[in-house]
Amino acid sequence: MALTTRSVSAATEHAATIRTAFLPRALHPGAWWAWALGLVVAASRTSNPLLLLLIIAVAGYVVSARRTDAPWSRSYATFLRLGLFIVVLRLLFEVVFGAAEVGTVLFTLPELPLPDWAAGIRIGGAVTSSGLLFALYEGLRLATLLACFGAANSLANPSRLLRCLPGALYEIGVAVVVAVTLAPQLVTDVARVRQARRLRGRPDRGLAGFGGVVLPVLEGALERSLALAAAMDSRGYGRSAGVPAAARRVTAALLLTGLLGVCAGTYGLLDGGTTEIAGINVLGLPLLAVGLAVATVGFSLAGRRVQRTRYRPDVWRLPEWLVTGSGAVAGVALVVAGALGVDLIGATSPPAWPTLPLLPAAGILVALLPAWVAPPPPDGDALRRGRP
Amino acid sequence: MIRFESVSVQYDGAARPVLSDVDLHVPEGELALVVGSTGTGKTTLLRAVNGLVPHFTGGTLTGRVTVDGRDTRTHPPRELADVVGYVGQDPLAGFVMDVVEDELAYGMESLALPPDVMRRRVEETLDLLGLADLRTRPLRTLSGGERQRVAVGSVLAAHPKVLVLDEPTSALDPAAAEEVLAAIQRLVHDLGLTVLLAEHRLERVVQYADRVIRLSDDGRTVESGTPAEIMAHASSAPPVVALGRLAGWTPLPLTVRDARRLAGPLRERLSLAPAPLGRATPVPAPAVATVNKVTVSYGRVPALRSVTLSVAPGEIVAVMGRNGAGKSTLLNTLVGLRRPDSGEVRVGGRAPADLSARTLLAHVGLVPQEPGDLLYADTVLAECAASDRDAGLAPGSTAALLDQLAPDVAEGIHPGDLSEGQRLALVLAIVLAAEPPLLLLDEPTRGLDYGAKERLVVILRDLAARGHAIVLATHDVELVADAASRTLVLAEGEIVADGPTADVVVASPTFAPQVSKILGPGPWLTVSQVAAALAAVS
Repeated sequence: MALTTRSVSAATEHAATIRTAFLPRALHPGAWWAWALGLVVAASRTSNPLLLLLIIAVAGYVVSARRTDAPWSRSYATFLRLGLFIVVLRLLFEVVFGAAEVGTVLFTLPELPLPDWAAGIRIGGAVTSSGLLFALYEGLRLATLLACFGAANSLANPSRLLRCLPGALYEIGVAVVVAVTLAPQLVTDVARVRQARRLRGRPDRGLAGFGGVVLPVLEGALERSLALAAAMDSRGYGRSAGVPAAARRVTAALLLTGLLGVCAGTYGLLDGGTTEIAGINVLGLPLLAVGLAVATVGFSLAGRRVQRTRYRPDVWRLPEWLVTGSGAVAGVALVVAGALGVDLIGATSPPAWPTLPLLPAAGILVALLPAWVAPPPPDGDALRRGRP
Repeated sequence: MIRFESVSVQYDGAARPVLSDVDLHVPEGELALVVGSTGTGKTTLLRAVNGLVPHFTGGTLTGRVTVDGRDTRTHPPRELADVVGYVGQDPLAGFVMDVVEDELAYGMESLALPPDVMRRRVEETLDLLGLADLRTRPLRTLSGGERQRVAVGSVLAAHPKVLVLDEPTSALDPAAAEEVLAAIQRLVHDLGLTVLLAEHRLERVVQYADRVIRLSDDGRTVESGTPAEIMAHASSAPPVVALGRLAGWTPLPLTVRDARRLAGPLRERLSLAPAPLGRATPVPAPAVATVNKVTVSYGRVPALRSVTLSVAPGEIVAVMGRNGAGKSTLLNTLVGLRRPDSGEVRVGGRAPADLSARTLLAHVGLVPQEPGDLLYADTVLAECAASDRDAGLAPGSTAALLDQLAPDVAEGIHPGDLSEGQRLALVLAIVLAAEPPLLLLDEPTRGLDYGAKERLVVILRDLAARGHAIVLATHDVELVADAASRTLVLAEGEIVADGPTADVVVASPTFAPQVSKILGPGPWLTVSQVAAALAAVS
């Protein structure tokens, strides 16, 4: 009897813990970035415009469902505009420098004769439908990658993300936070100095005004950095445990090799894998895993150097797993589909209407899940009143 | 708790030491107030307590400073962070994080306190300083008083034994200053904290102090004693003390309440005296500036709502109101930095926003809150020469004016090395060189000691007598009582009071000067008025 009661209460307790995990709160920023990375992997594996547009739409829907009204939350639209700009730019380049020889010729620009040593570069000439379509799909892929980053950027609080950095990167994190908060200050400084010039009866616009503004602004920034450094020092920044020099060098070496491995591995993974030994793509997952392992050891060693604790660290609970998982599903679906031989390439020569392959589309749609499973952000009004 | 043993500080390249041979002891649980004219080394003294001098600023410190038994020679500021909390003059410059709650926790994170302790202390600190409603607010959106309280809270959360504050109320309106000082006093009473505090506006703080440390003008001698002892002969004293000395009261009162209880006989004597002349009311003349139904908003926040105002030549108009009431916006609108969203501003018949920078100074001049913003050149002389060129004046005009305003300024010195008062005089000279009929000053007495303030009042009166119209935005009630002929009170962008200074300030408990609080309901506002009246009676 007693046993049942205990297990029942344990079960209700467990259920309660799970419920509280879904109450309004800010999701761990790392979960949003992991989700976005899943979408990035998916986007990097296809040039099918329908799949790419689907990814943009999924990211956009989740952003609209789960963003806060903080300043950084409006960045998704900015990233979309940037993506559009890239698509247009890519098309322009194709028109001017395009070298496609196949496909229907749409129109012909006058070609600029170039000397022999510039062979392979062409300016002007025939513009083909295949070439334009290829450029459009390539541009769209870049725009989709940007949209994924934009989504993560508008969903995750950048300064909280920096606070999740491992202890070893703590100093870099603080430097970035400080830089981020000082940037808007520079803008107000420029306005203030320009006003001051006007008050002295000097031109506040044009080239003559510019020189007179930059110097005082930089001077002010320097003074402020000194004041901030003094304040940080007097609040205990950089109290450190003594670590012998040899240990420091080993740590640095581990960190560096680990990070290089991670970079190369990520490149291999996104590249689609061309370096194969015995049928295994060594530049991809294996290198990434080894690199991660080495870097983790390096980080944990370096973390001992910094003696500090975290106030209210972001927790990683069920919703975080679900969000990360849904992004991963999208990425894995595309990778698997590619391995199974599903055609993920938007046909350009000859041009054909793109089709929507079922498995990749279903995988991408799973990434919509965070719009419901992620806890809603704290109410905006409550934020302003100060009650989360 | 804090002990200085024959401490001298000399910065590199300085001709003479800032502090020399200072011996000082502040016992645990005391609130000690550091007073002295500008440039006498108050900030240096405060920064020596947690080792910022000399570890951070450079220079040479001889002698010994110990805090809670730790020598600053062997302990840099970060190793003293658990014992000393230091809040500098501009709290915003010292904020590291972006949100109130994280800022409160920052110091504790650096000290590696366990997370559960941090969580508890943040909540306690939020309550102690009344910040609970602000916990998720970005620091940049806070008002001046809120920032100061967050800054105090952020060092306090780490439970230091000593709190060091450099001019904590200089940028605050009277109500916000009270709020911060009340919080500090509670900490001293309830937690036994030792507080070392520097402040120019003695009228705000002297009644809270257990001990006053006075730095003499040459930085050579340091006196330490009870407030009454030091105030009895200090050259700079708040009005309540000056009145007490004038009337010969013993013991010398330090609070308005004590003074009021002693003031009965003085009130009777003064009732026989003629009422003080208001500042000469200007003869009716065409207004220098008119503001007609002006509305200005920042985004969706209105800063001025349909304000109507006219300023006549020879008037000194004080604009008062809490932080964020729209005082600076009004001045910016008058000088054309800000174009009104609706309504009309006219200065000398022209809209100031349409004037070119070169012709602006012939109509209106503004001395901003940070006068240093207006200075670019390497020397005072070069600054004056540039001003002559800008305004198209005969060479030497600005320098002559400066000589009149502040005779002691060396011309070869870098403007950054001037004291606050001297810098203000230099900027005043530059702005006044083109003889603008309308002169605007934003918070002119921030960082000024009593002497510099008196000189400023003399200058302002003289300018008004020569027909300049002056508008000053300020929190300093004593300055207003002393200088202004007319006072406006702004609240939420609207003018809520406008009239002769004596009528407006006496009616308000926040804006009344000390003399008026002591001798009320009489018409007296300043010690000099009382002195003149007493001379007339006897």
